[in-house]
Amino acid sequence: MAAARLSGSENRLVSLPLSRIRVIMKSSPEVSSINQDALFLTAKATELFVQYLATYSYKHGRGKEKNALTYSDLSHTAEECETFQFLADILPKKILASKYLKMLEKEKRDGEMREDNDEAEEEQDEDEGVGAAVGS
Amino acid sequence: MAERPEDLNLPNAVITRIIKEALPEGVNISKEARSAISRAASVFVLYATSCANNFAMKGKRKTLNAGDVLSAMEEMEFQRFVAPLKESLEVYRREQKGKKEARKDKDKKADSEEQDKSREEDNDEDDERMEEEEQNDEEEVDN
Repeated sequence: MAAARLSGSENRLVSLPLSRIRVIMKSSPEVSSINQDALFLTAKATELFVQYLATYSYKHGRGKEKNALTYSDLSHTAEECETFQFLADILPKKILASKYLKMLEKEKRDGEMREDNDEAEEEQDEDEGVGAAVGS
Repeated sequence: MAERPEDLNLPNAVITRIIKEALPEGVNISKEARSAISRAASVFVLYATSCANNFAMKGKRKTLNAGDVLSAMEEMEFQRFVAPLKESLEVYRREQKGKKEARKDKDKKADSEEQDKSREEDNDEDDERMEEEEQNDEEEVDN
């Protein structure tokens, strides 16, 4: 047993606890029962996934630090790589609060401009009777 | 049944170890990154389960099986996992089979009248310093 611990997880077939994986799987409403092989495969697949996500993000990260894996590397992966896009919602990009406030202000201004444009278009439509090209 | 938030998370220590073993030596992983990967892993389980369940339902089965999980991996664009998963599954099945047979053997021994004799035989194989502990255990078991 001590030997297995020394050499890390390579000797064990799977490191993630099957019981915990089962809890997560069962939290899915439509799932009735899970065969033992399926449980094992899901656990093993999750390990492969963790390895893949970590290495991919490290390789493709645009972070300034070369010897670190950061959150921004991960959110970048979720945004750029199609395979990991299902993670986009839980790994949102982070921006400075000041930038966010500026964005909000800009959106507000754009919104007001659009309203003005829409009013102008509506008048135009009434004249022409056909939808005009949307100008920005 | 309500699950507490912690129950849907995977153990931090294990996740950290898997990450560390995958990355080159000396690379640091920020706490935020670790936590993010852990959450991503939980989401992956949910996504894989849901996908596998669709295959089970297509096959009019109520129990998710190995094939469903493998099909899910292909569907989710993780085909690269399929070959290593199949290999691991072989090993796992052999392990399980071995455990089953070991249990059967244990049960046979327990049923026979040689129950106490076989325990003594096991003790002889252990280190001498283990003997005392074994004897104490035996007393508890007898009670």
